Amino acid sequence: MASHTDTHDGAHGAGHDHHESYLTAKRGLKSWLVTVDHKRIGVMYLIALMISFFIGGVAALLVRTELLNPTRDIAAHAVYNQFFTLHGAVMVFLFLVPSIPASLGNIILPLMLGAKDVAFPKMNLASFYFYVAGAIFFVATILLGGLDTGWTFYTPYSTQSGTSVITATFGAFILGFSSIFTGINFLVTIHKMRAPGLTWGRLPLFVWALYATSLIQVLATPVIAITLLLLIVERTVGIGIFDPALGGDPVLFQHFFWFYSHPVVYVMILPGFGVISELVTTHSRKGIFGYWAIAISSVAIAFIGFLVWGHHMFVAGQSALAATVFSFLTFAVAVPTAIKVFSWIATMYKGSIRFTTPMWYTLVFLFLFSIGGLTGLFLGTLAVDVHMHDTYFVVAHFHYVMMGGTFIAFLAGTYHWFPKITGKMYNERLGAISALLVFIGFNLTFFTQFIMGSRGMPRRYYTYAAEYHIWHQLSTLGSYILAAGLFVVLFTWVKGARSGAPAPTNPWQGMSLEWQTASPPIEHNFAEQPICRVGPYDFPEIDERLAPAGKH
Amino acid sequence: MQTFSLIARGGSFWMPEQASTFAANTDALFYFIFYLCVAFFVGLMGATGYFAWKYKKRSDDDRTSPIRGNHKLEILWSVIPGILLLVMFGWGFVGFRDMQVAPTNAINIYITGQKWSWTMTYPNGGEDGNTLVVPVNEPVKLTMSSVDVLHSFFVPAFRVKRDVIPNRYTTLWFEATIEGEYPIYCTEYCGDRHSEMLGTVRVVSRPEYEEYLRGLAGCDPNAAGDDLVACGEKLFSRLGCTACHSVTPGVKIVGPSLHGAGAPGRQVALADGRTVPADEDYLRQSIMDPNAAIVEGFGPQMPTFAGRLDGVNLTAVIEYIKSLN
Repeated sequence: MASHTDTHDGAHGAGHDHHESYLTAKRGLKSWLVTVDHKRIGVMYLIALMISFFIGGVAALLVRTELLNPTRDIAAHAVYNQFFTLHGAVMVFLFLVPSIPASLGNIILPLMLGAKDVAFPKMNLASFYFYVAGAIFFVATILLGGLDTGWTFYTPYSTQSGTSVITATFGAFILGFSSIFTGINFLVTIHKMRAPGLTWGRLPLFVWALYATSLIQVLATPVIAITLLLLIVERTVGIGIFDPALGGDPVLFQHFFWFYSHPVVYVMILPGFGVISELVTTHSRKGIFGYWAIAISSVAIAFIGFLVWGHHMFVAGQSALAATVFSFLTFAVAVPTAIKVFSWIATMYKGSIRFTTPMWYTLVFLFLFSIGGLTGLFLGTLAVDVHMHDTYFVVAHFHYVMMGGTFIAFLAGTYHWFPKITGKMYNERLGAISALLVFIGFNLTFFTQFIMGSRGMPRRYYTYAAEYHIWHQLSTLGSYILAAGLFVVLFTWVKGARSGAPAPTNPWQGMSLEWQTASPPIEHNFAEQPICRVGPYDFPEIDERLAPAGKH
Repeated sequence: MQTFSLIARGGSFWMPEQASTFAANTDALFYFIFYLCVAFFVGLMGATGYFAWKYKKRSDDDRTSPIRGNHKLEILWSVIPGILLLVMFGWGFVGFRDMQVAPTNAINIYITGQKWSWTMTYPNGGEDGNTLVVPVNEPVKLTMSSVDVLHSFFVPAFRVKRDVIPNRYTTLWFEATIEGEYPIYCTEYCGDRHSEMLGTVRVVSRPEYEEYLRGLAGCDPNAAGDDLVACGEKLFSRLGCTACHSVTPGVKIVGPSLHGAGAPGRQVALADGRTVPADEDYLRQSIMDPNAAIVEGFGPQMPTFAGRLDGVNLTAVIEYIKSLN
């Protein structure tokens, strides 16, 4: 550690005298709205994402409440269909896709690289406003009569639905630009703006994960943009592309849609993997187990992820040969993912584990994501998927991956970098309580859904058979506990940001460069160019004498 | 809602009752993966819990191991899961392959999906709505298509499912093994009443199946004992009209109640502002081209019955609607 910080200690002392923190360097609303500072843009994204998550979450609770009983509880059929569509569309397009890259990535990536900003700061601001514009279209969709197609917009239902399909798809189209801008920015920043000494082999794994994510964002997003435009053209001009009534092919839409939407699953989860790699090392005081295996498996997943979209369509009418190939490739993605989980757990071995809130959430992630990953095996297996397809088993699986994985990693990472972002400490006791509530609530909500799903309960159902009643009731109860846990998270963050104790520069004794500048960082990140002299996980506690016999 | 009571029985904890020749293999494969997952999960969480307890921070003087990988271990934990995954893939493929090709002696029944009902068309030309009757221990092939949006035909007890697509046939086959009634679910979202697009498979003995087919053929207005109205009433139910239209005054399901819809001299106000006489021609148009003249206060939800209803059968349905006063 000493070798790492010697160039910066002086900088800190001087920094506080001559440089203001990015939060206070400029004042007034306008200074935020037109900022090109990646940290401020990241904070604005963070707040916008939380608002989106809140809207999507309220929709989820309405869905769960309606499902308390097999018949009507709070809303009519058509309204229920809008609840689950709103929940899915908001969570996927407005929360999960941008989530970790646009918020934590934006704030932390340039700091980790020892850079002053991202490569294209104005493009970064444009990305945020594209996000806002897309979100406005989604709000307009709700005001103009809602959307009832499901977040997947399957044709020909979406061609024929009387709801505001065009507004929603145009919103998703605009959001694609936001995603591409972030991706291009990160790729160029990672290639060109690394501090002296920060070689590819010393890149924190969060950076590797964002690199792989950005590749997918740039390569896959244009496909969904084209698909949504074709859908708009079909609805407005009546050119038959997907609607059989006009001579189109509805299954073609599914191919286009999943060609984007499956790779995008990795846009959602890879940054979460990156966060967990940082947290499990820093809070265990251990080097990552298998650095290159984790770094390269992210890139491998990004590429193989482009070749598995057909596993969403095993029963949709694609050829049996295609289904077989897609099933095989799906299992091929499972291997690099399994390697990551093994490596994270092995990293804890012979460490010195601190039970901070980020570490609690990391453990919650390992538990939930393991279930999410393992249950994917049932769905990749052809004969079993025929039974499970479009049941609650699938619903439970992707919530364990997307919420138990990405969202929990988002919480873990936000707690971890909270001192750096706000310059304040949050309350550890409240943090741990929130993790416990979220853990209990999550499992009660979604594990029950595996059971009813494998017993045949189809998804997107408003009424259901009496057999599933008890599982739906437990699931709804779980969702309320989960919501309570998330309010504790919000309370912890708001309270911490307003009145938390001042955060030290490096509260977790991290080794990556973001911990070498003030908390919160100064406007241009570093008072002088930092130089990287050690790897991101070369913690001072590591003792070479403890190497196992026969090793160096 | 009567269908709901039919399924609360049997099966293992994770899977519903087994009532087709596919079920045993699918379930065996499910439990193979399940126990492997449980073993891996317990191992992973056991290691996590043990490490968390054993290597909890004791003091600021803690020293940690410099281990940064172990090639033998890494190869081991890539290759072993890789082999197990290949087994899952292979077993799943074999089961899937068997589901693709129906035996040549299978009974072929056509299934039509529409918002929000199923119509089954039997080899003798008989039709029925939402009820599929099949003989036990005989292979049955379903040739399916939709008249509107995507649907999906799912019988949990048989472990079969296949999307039902407009302008294209998809097929599935099964051989039922136990007589009884099993629910059919639509598992591709299809709009407002998606969750009520339910049906029942009745698995019966060969003689009962034949008896049932003879009964279906009975809806012939030319045959003795079946007048136009009685025949129309049967068709009205078999074609799934009852999923959306009540025949009780003022009860709206999705479309308008048909009570009094064809009363003599009635004028009907349309969504586009016109008012037209509700005569036979209007009823005919509403069945064959439903979106041409929509009743005020309703949306364009109804699929066309052109090609499925013609001649004397169409007349029978119209006469039945006119009789609803």
